[in-house]
Amino acid sequence: MNKTATTLPEAATAASRNQVQYRTALNEALAEEMRRDPTVFVMGEGIAERGGSYKVTANLLAEFGKNRVLDTPLCEASFTGAAIGAALTGMRPVVEILFIDFAMLIMDQLVNQAAKVRFMTGDQCRVPIVLRTQGGTGNGLAAQHSQSLEALFYHIPGLKLVMPSTPADAKGLLKASIRDDSPVVFIEHKLLYLTEGPVPEGDEFVIPLGKGQVKRPGADVTLIAWSNMIPRSLTVAEKLAAEGIDVEVVDPRTLVPLDKELMLDSVRKTEHVVIVQEAVRRGGVASDLAAIIQAEAFDYLDAPIEIVAGLVTPIPFNLALETACVPQEGDIIRAVKRVLNVGG
Amino acid sequence: MDSRGQYSKSFLAGLYRQLYTIRVFETRCIQLYRQGLIRGYLHPYLGEEAIAVGVCAALGPQDYLTSTHRGHGHCIARGADLRRMTAEITGKRTGYCKGRGGSMHIADVSQGNLGANGIVGGSTAIGVGAALSAKLQGRDSVCAVFTSDGGVMNGTFGEALNLAAAWNLPVIFVVENNQYAVSTPVHQACREAELYKRAAGYGVEGKRVDGNHVLEVYETAADYVRRCRQGKGPFVIEALTYRHAGHHVNDPGTYMPEDEKEYYRQIDPCRRGRQFLIELGSASSEEVAAIEAEVERAMDDAVAFAQESPGTDVQQFLEEISVYS
Repeated sequence: MNKTATTLPEAATAASRNQVQYRTALNEALAEEMRRDPTVFVMGEGIAERGGSYKVTANLLAEFGKNRVLDTPLCEASFTGAAIGAALTGMRPVVEILFIDFAMLIMDQLVNQAAKVRFMTGDQCRVPIVLRTQGGTGNGLAAQHSQSLEALFYHIPGLKLVMPSTPADAKGLLKASIRDDSPVVFIEHKLLYLTEGPVPEGDEFVIPLGKGQVKRPGADVTLIAWSNMIPRSLTVAEKLAAEGIDVEVVDPRTLVPLDKELMLDSVRKTEHVVIVQEAVRRGGVASDLAAIIQAEAFDYLDAPIEIVAGLVTPIPFNLALETACVPQEGDIIRAVKRVLNVGG
Repeated sequence: MDSRGQYSKSFLAGLYRQLYTIRVFETRCIQLYRQGLIRGYLHPYLGEEAIAVGVCAALGPQDYLTSTHRGHGHCIARGADLRRMTAEITGKRTGYCKGRGGSMHIADVSQGNLGANGIVGGSTAIGVGAALSAKLQGRDSVCAVFTSDGGVMNGTFGEALNLAAAWNLPVIFVVENNQYAVSTPVHQACREAELYKRAAGYGVEGKRVDGNHVLEVYETAADYVRRCRQGKGPFVIEALTYRHAGHHVNDPGTYMPEDEKEYYRQIDPCRRGRQFLIELGSASSEEVAAIEAEVERAMDDAVAFAQESPGTDVQQFLEEISVYS
């Protein structure tokens, strides 16, 4: 079933539609998987009639009815727990957690239960749940609605972790996540919902988990980023191209499992690495990627790896302050120039 | 008591066999622990046997349960294999969980036992999900969610009960009120210590039963299971009971007053189950002794199986965990 997706280069699919919104792509993935598999259902806060705060579940109620599109009370821990129980007994729930910040309320269910049930029971069962949520800054939502918390989930064995940066990735990866037998944390970005891009036609456009993508080929420096740092990195790459610096932008797309080889291949080619994450610097995923690259490609590195990351602070409300806390184009440009040891 | 004449001898014998099996299993496990053959925590179900046995007797093969850290009784009452249980608790690869889970994580998912749980309150919502799943798939399964006086104090209890009520799910919350959360008496942990009363606040019917009386537990559970299958769930059963000893095998339970312990020894659920079999089932003392001997033989066999089982295979484990990288 997945062959189409793995063998056809995504960008070369003839019937690509060029202007699909990220949120529409997600919506298509949900609808297609619900049509394909009657055990798939969605649940969350205000997702049925209202269609979700970011309209990712719009129109699903009309097509699939209230037994498959469930509005929950505001009790993240228990509706996530209920999803786990449903998954253990034959269903494939897709749970929407409105903000990743609210996922702090479900940590026992996710970390101690979902991630471990298969292991603890000696592989007696699987927990095929997808936890869709969204994170990141950009809408002035302050400290409890703007975090980038992927490192918390990255740390937990038993969870997969997906962070799509484009509409096509959002669709193909969500479909793969729903079909996967492991608990998947699927983190969208609030600034990406209205972005547009090409999305291939067809119900079988599925991007396997663990396959990253080079978003822009280049020869001089490898810029590793994910989620909303991808569009920002691509803009930077264009600006630097004008200065004669050829940047390769690598998007792992799924942090667990991680496409290490894609990353290392790029590093071996460019010999210079900058890793960009919106999340705070301390204990972040970027630090772990840097450690992996150092351990496995040390001899290829021409300069120390640069990490551009969020400041170690809660996210402030004020726009100027918020902007100062998150990597901006200038921060990335300066880091690239540092690793290349060029001025300006 | 008259109406209880309706129970067949074989039914009463089945209940007693399970009560006695749990009693013997826990007693032997404590011995194995003292011999150093079991590591980690062991939370015996001694004194609470009638709750698991009474509730599980009311369940059918299509039903589910979620259990707790004090879960051996639920496993046995659901029909678990003593060999695989003993092997698991002694950390053998032949155990239910390949020796990865131990006492606190025994599950038999194929039989609807969705597992014990090391987190108090951690399994409550999972049980609600099993009931949701049954409802969405049009099956008439019920889920018994075992929790405790300790578990009720956790926020998950209120959330899960509310969710089950809002969605009319076939869940029976079984609150095993053994009166101590580790060492804290229930009346110190809350103002209203009649825990079943919380159900009313969620629009749910609840009832307190004598948790040391297997027939009283069974009758209430059977009534609630029947009504759950009619779409009238959820329900709450508060089963008042008492731990025979401390929180776990290394807790001497010095905070439990002697007179209290003595009172509950007088209404021991296992001994009462034996009385029911003799008085209501007209069983002879020979017949009772035969059941006991059979249970003890099965336990000897389980211990021998566990002891003869190979330990674990670290190399194989290292290969198996590659799915997590």
